[in-house]
Amino acid sequence: MVRKENLKEAYGRELVEIAKKNPRIVVLDADLCGSTMTCYMEQEIPQRFFEMGIAEQNMLSVAAGLALVGKIPFVNSFSVFTTGQPFNQIRQGIALPKLNVKIFGSSCGLSDAGDGATHQSVEDIAIMRAIPNMSVIIPVDAIETKKVVRAVVEYLGPVYVRISRTSLPILTEEDTPFQIGRISLIKDGFDITIFACGLMVYQALRAREVLANKGISVRVVNVSTIKPLDRETVKIYSQGVKGIITAEEHSIIGGLGGAITEALSNQMVRIERVGIKDTFGQSAQTHEELLEHYSLMPENIIEKAKELIKYK
Amino acid sequence: MIKMISKSGFGHERVCFMEVEHLKKSRDIKWLKKMSKIIRADILEMIGVGKKGHLGGSMSSADLVTALYFYKLSHNPKYPNDPHRDRFIFSKGHSVLTQYAALAEWDYFSKSELKETKTLGSILQGHPEIRTPGIEANTGSLGQGLSMGVGMALGGKLDKLNYKVYVIVGDGELAEGQIWEAANAANFYKLDNLVVIVDNNQLQATGQIKKRFDLGDIRAKFLSFGWKVFEINGHNMQEIVDTLDSVDEVKNSPSVLIAHTVKGKGVSFAENNYRFHNIALTEEQFRQAKEDIANIEA
Repeated sequence: MVRKENLKEAYGRELVEIAKKNPRIVVLDADLCGSTMTCYMEQEIPQRFFEMGIAEQNMLSVAAGLALVGKIPFVNSFSVFTTGQPFNQIRQGIALPKLNVKIFGSSCGLSDAGDGATHQSVEDIAIMRAIPNMSVIIPVDAIETKKVVRAVVEYLGPVYVRISRTSLPILTEEDTPFQIGRISLIKDGFDITIFACGLMVYQALRAREVLANKGISVRVVNVSTIKPLDRETVKIYSQGVKGIITAEEHSIIGGLGGAITEALSNQMVRIERVGIKDTFGQSAQTHEELLEHYSLMPENIIEKAKELIKYK
Repeated sequence: MIKMISKSGFGHERVCFMEVEHLKKSRDIKWLKKMSKIIRADILEMIGVGKKGHLGGSMSSADLVTALYFYKLSHNPKYPNDPHRDRFIFSKGHSVLTQYAALAEWDYFSKSELKETKTLGSILQGHPEIRTPGIEANTGSLGQGLSMGVGMALGGKLDKLNYKVYVIVGDGELAEGQIWEAANAANFYKLDNLVVIVDNNQLQATGQIKKRFDLGDIRAKFLSFGWKVFEINGHNMQEIVDTLDSVDEVKNSPSVLIAHTVKGKGVSFAENNYRFHNIALTEEQFRQAKEDIANIEA
């Protein structure tokens, strides 16, 4: 049985720990601290927690102002509300002047199953990735989430981090290196490389086991930084295989699949993308149901792998 | 070096170090009026002939910006990152020519840069950017600057620094919903270190605000958001500096100065005429504008 841990919980706890050591850190939330888990910050260091009300555009520009006077603001809400609602505040007020604002999007992808399309983010990676100067990070598990919190504090500039509401399997160890802008090998193989992010890394590992029994060797790579993309390593892992699969809990347009395809556009390699097919989400009883409905299961990856193996 | 001490709004003494040759501040009204004449002349030079430029709003805010940079703001180009300095955000960023003129006068950059304004590769962009020395925030997408000011004011409170944050917004800009999100936040956090000045020229780019998109009673709106409201003639230098000083006495709430201004002020044919919001001047208009500015009584 695989051990699962909650990423939001890990984020909320780690944020307090690092804020205790770094007085420049301030935290802003738009009436979702009980879900984003910045409630721990409010409980432990209330003077550096700012409730900004349900007003995300103001929240992002206030964060810009705080960064301009030397603070390191962490801005929090659900993914859709920290990226979509205040898009222009991020674009012009934060990314253009490269301000040191850390934007955290909680309940990313389809993970807020019950609330449906309005609260699910299927295009947040695409829109954040398109903004110059912006970095985009997707931690794979609770352990990596803590490392991301530490890393973004050290990193000077705007960052968008997307965090799942669903508890995810632990796939990394405390001493697994994490660096913004680097991708990491989870399991090696030589027939197919799967570039995955977020919860799709685990789906890829499950697919890998099934494919191994059929004699297909699969490499699984965790792309926890989509921007800046580790292009060199992407190219290295793409050489000598029969094909590439990208897997993300996000639209197939403009996200991880888009980034990998762009990076390999001058390479002779077949690429198949697993993701949400240019459609919005919807309500469901469980996150798992949605993953099945939108073809984000290991079977969907296996299907793509079989297609790729047919060639060559 | 001489040590300058001025009274801050917090009942503490504010200390700043200033070299004598850089001392370009005064409460002398005649001198301030002369300064605003120079600012207007520089704005006109930046706009020039045949190139589009934001004449109307730059001229309507010229006296307000002059009063800030040459009287009220605690700032020094020799120490541009001094954490104690006052901050000024020009939220109606399209009027940035006024700010460029003031910053050049203060030697934040060479005055010769002004003629490069809005040319490829220039440090003086069409809207304010922090890469320009002396600019404190990127603005231009209207409605965002006040929120940034809220952030700076919150930071000042957190660090127990006595600086003040001044934000100029346009009256047309008050149609942006984010302004009122920020107004609410400033009141909730009792930001008495935040001062907003409304350049109330009553015109938006396409005509009279009252006819195009009436904003109602601005004064009542700010009052209902818990702000302390002052109303002034935005071209009366004495009134501007007196009110900027009165604001220092306000405690526990943010302040707004509704400054009644004239769009295009100082340029006869452009006054109260929305068509000169962003316009390319003809040679004849340029000559006339130059003459009008030269004839302003100072």
